[in-house]
Amino acid sequence: MTAIIALSIFGISNLFLGFWLSRKTIQTFTLGFLALSMGLTVADWNHEYLWFGNMFRSTNTSINFSIIIQLAAFFVVEFSNAFGQDDEHTHPAEYYAIMLFSVVGAILMVSFDHLIMLFVGLEILSVSMYVLTGSDKRNLRSNEAAIKYLLMGAFATGILLFGITLVYGATRSFYIANIANAIASTPKESMPTFLYAGILLMLVGMLFKVSAAPFHFWTPDVYDGAPTIFTMFMSTVVKTAGFAALFHVFSGMFGALYATWALPVYFISMLTLVIGNVTAVYQQSMKRMLAYSSISHAGYMLMTISANQSSTTSTILYYSLAYTLATVTAFAIFKIVSEYQTGRVEKPENFQAFEGLAKQNPLLAFCLTISLLSLAGIPLTAGFWGKFFVFADTFHRNITYSIIVAVLMSAVGIYYYFKGIIAAYFKKSEMEVIHIPRLYQVALIMSTLATLVLGIYPTIVKSLF
Amino acid sequence: MYLLFILLFPLALGSFLLIAKPKNAFVISLTGSIIEAIIVAYLLIQSSQSANAIAISYPWIPEAGLSFSLWVDGINGILIGLTGLLIPFIIGSTANTDRANNPVYQGLILTMQTALLGSFLAKDAFLFYFFFEASLLPIYFLSAQFGGENRIAITFKFFVYTLFGSLFLLIGLIYVYLRTPGAVGSADIDVLVETARSLPATSQNYLFLAFFIAFAIKMPIFPFHTWQPDTYTTSPAQGSMLLGGIMLKMGTYGVIRLVLPMFPLGMITWGTTVTILSVIGIIYGSIIAIQQKDAKRLIAYSSFAHVGLMSAGILTGSLAGIQGSLYQMLSHGINIVGLFFIIEIIERRTKTRELAQLGGITQASFVLSVAFVVLSLGSIALPLTNGFIGEFLLLKSVFDHDMWIGIIAGITIILGAVYTLRLIQKSMFGNVSRITKEFEDLTSAEKMVLVPLVILVLVGGIFPQTVLNYSAESVEKLTQLLN
Repeated sequence: MTAIIALSIFGISNLFLGFWLSRKTIQTFTLGFLALSMGLTVADWNHEYLWFGNMFRSTNTSINFSIIIQLAAFFVVEFSNAFGQDDEHTHPAEYYAIMLFSVVGAILMVSFDHLIMLFVGLEILSVSMYVLTGSDKRNLRSNEAAIKYLLMGAFATGILLFGITLVYGATRSFYIANIANAIASTPKESMPTFLYAGILLMLVGMLFKVSAAPFHFWTPDVYDGAPTIFTMFMSTVVKTAGFAALFHVFSGMFGALYATWALPVYFISMLTLVIGNVTAVYQQSMKRMLAYSSISHAGYMLMTISANQSSTTSTILYYSLAYTLATVTAFAIFKIVSEYQTGRVEKPENFQAFEGLAKQNPLLAFCLTISLLSLAGIPLTAGFWGKFFVFADTFHRNITYSIIVAVLMSAVGIYYYFKGIIAAYFKKSEMEVIHIPRLYQVALIMSTLATLVLGIYPTIVKSLF
Repeated sequence: MYLLFILLFPLALGSFLLIAKPKNAFVISLTGSIIEAIIVAYLLIQSSQSANAIAISYPWIPEAGLSFSLWVDGINGILIGLTGLLIPFIIGSTANTDRANNPVYQGLILTMQTALLGSFLAKDAFLFYFFFEASLLPIYFLSAQFGGENRIAITFKFFVYTLFGSLFLLIGLIYVYLRTPGAVGSADIDVLVETARSLPATSQNYLFLAFFIAFAIKMPIFPFHTWQPDTYTTSPAQGSMLLGGIMLKMGTYGVIRLVLPMFPLGMITWGTTVTILSVIGIIYGSIIAIQQKDAKRLIAYSSFAHVGLMSAGILTGSLAGIQGSLYQMLSHGINIVGLFFIIEIIERRTKTRELAQLGGITQASFVLSVAFVVLSLGSIALPLTNGFIGEFLLLKSVFDHDMWIGIIAGITIILGAVYTLRLIQKSMFGNVSRITKEFEDLTSAEKMVLVPLVILVLVGGIFPQTVLNYSAESVEKLTQLLN
């Protein structure tokens, strides 16, 4: 809780720092701010606090998710090194400030106890993302992405709000606990029909944010058009916050109506898996492939939500962390290589741009490999255990069809993730040594090591519950 | 404690080679693998003297009931011994080539050793699975980086195919594991076996298929073999040795350790079908092997045929069948490593593996000819060679199980003789061809690898009792469970 106040203050002070500090110093300051707010978040460990008229509840679960979100933001800021060097971005202070504000929104989304708080958090996050998507002002793709995201996102928010209204109408409360009580104490027959409509509308609104099929159409274009650094931010922070919120709403609030929402979530998870993975196969651009891969991972997480087990929270937590670490690394390397290849090859974002990476840049190739293996869910990496826990949860509920779909789609996933590895290791090209800043190297090594450690000894995170 | 050392020592050495990239990689890895072999031998002696299995266990993921537990008994001891024994030969076979001092190459072989040992040593089923899948990575990079023609597409097919199969194993394991007793469950193989045996027939039928497909792809069994000949052919010699000599035994080991004891009811339903598939593989592999023009491809198909017989023997669930298959795993590993090495030696000198272009090598190298003939005879299963013992026990078990299947499987001896003798005849005997005219004699490094292998073939054929006694007790315990 102190963390969100601190982050808001840091964000504002960041705006002023932009007047007299250099780009590099601001980056260092932002990193310091994030580290500080992480410290403040951890300080609340094992205490349960209620704030803002009981609308905000900080628990160990919400602290865990907040840490993942801030960790993701930390990595993104670390990788934002080259950002703002050209004329277009002479004031990166604004962007860093907006990122800090959006982290506040994300933290609200994982610790709300009141639907208005959820809505406020979601909007803070979304509006920041609309701005950041369009931050490459002169780039047509970036503008297109921002407009698309804004229009679609506004619709989704409207739908979510409509759903919240209906739920409020049926239960006369915005508080999670009160709504859950009202639902549990009312017999099924006397439940108004529009409650179910409200639940479905809320589901649609939130599934849009986590880019589940068939609400995913914005994802590839927006991810592709946004500057890579913000794609990285979007695909990790928004996803983590979105899933934590989704599970909190549906398991915590509508837990008694599991039978109603489980089926749609179950089918949507299968659809998302199929669409995400199969479409990813056809992508030539690594960035678009990662966008579809993010859709497919939403499918796995939805699988565990549709199972709704006691262990689901920790599964989502583990999965988000594994996914965040791997995605951040993959995007970071993508960013380095595509920036290096701009002007050298025709399409710097395609897989061909990565050919021969291992020859002169073994560190980059190795980190890329580990992150892609983790996304593909191969043992030794964190992604494997993510999948393992998802399958175990789903099996607990005796759902077999989605597991079979998931297994088939995992095999498909290997195909497109390995395109990157094959290009990096087994193709020849004349790529030279790419110079990367020290901070970048440290961040890459940190995230890769974390992926490996979690892959060998997942208890570190799993035992937090 | 030294179980842990055995498991992690090759990995540590391999990582060192991969990261530090020292100049004298060959000496380091060879010495390391010999030290490892000595410790493995010590471990096996220990385990043959102790009544119970040697085991260690550490908590791994206590929340999920998974533990990092390793054990050695009569069954996996043989495979651990095989791995420890063969890796020095595999590393030794790189001597004096440009790969000898390539730290990446040697590092990958050593990391592969850890993955192989890990899957054999594991007592926790998920630890087994962990290594089972992790072993794909080093061999994939080895083959895709250093392999021959069209290697990227072929090794990629291999990777996806086998990984796809093992995903079925994963969900099967999770299914059984969730039904184990206790608050958090357990993935100990003994507990899993007990739990799975009490499952109803329908579940067992599905689970049997899920498990068996994973192992059948690894071995491979007909019709899941399509990745195998290409991969064996295109991999570098040491990659083929690892694949054929050790890695395919992961599949047969999995069937012995998991499929047989876990699903007795599934076995009733599917036993005949999978046995027939194995026997089809024997005949099919042999017939295709006869027509091969490429020597390495011929050996790949012969391995496919051999593993079919092992699988058929295991599936009988009899003492002779399992003992025979364990013995055959050992001898097949030794023989195929030797044969792949000989093909590699020939290819180094003549730059070809085409049988039509070879011939007359006997006149150039006496040691090579003797080694080739002895190893081939071992592969044909001539009495007094190691192949005979295993194949005899296997055929006996299949014959006892079902006479007709036994008779058809027995054709393997004739067909095996046809393709193996054709291989020797075309490459070694006959007239000297333009290419083999200036065939140089073996270097001493090559002799150092081949001669011990030849001796092992003969020793294995004359004194099989040590090995058979070693595994007898554990196999008996297993077969008592089965009947």
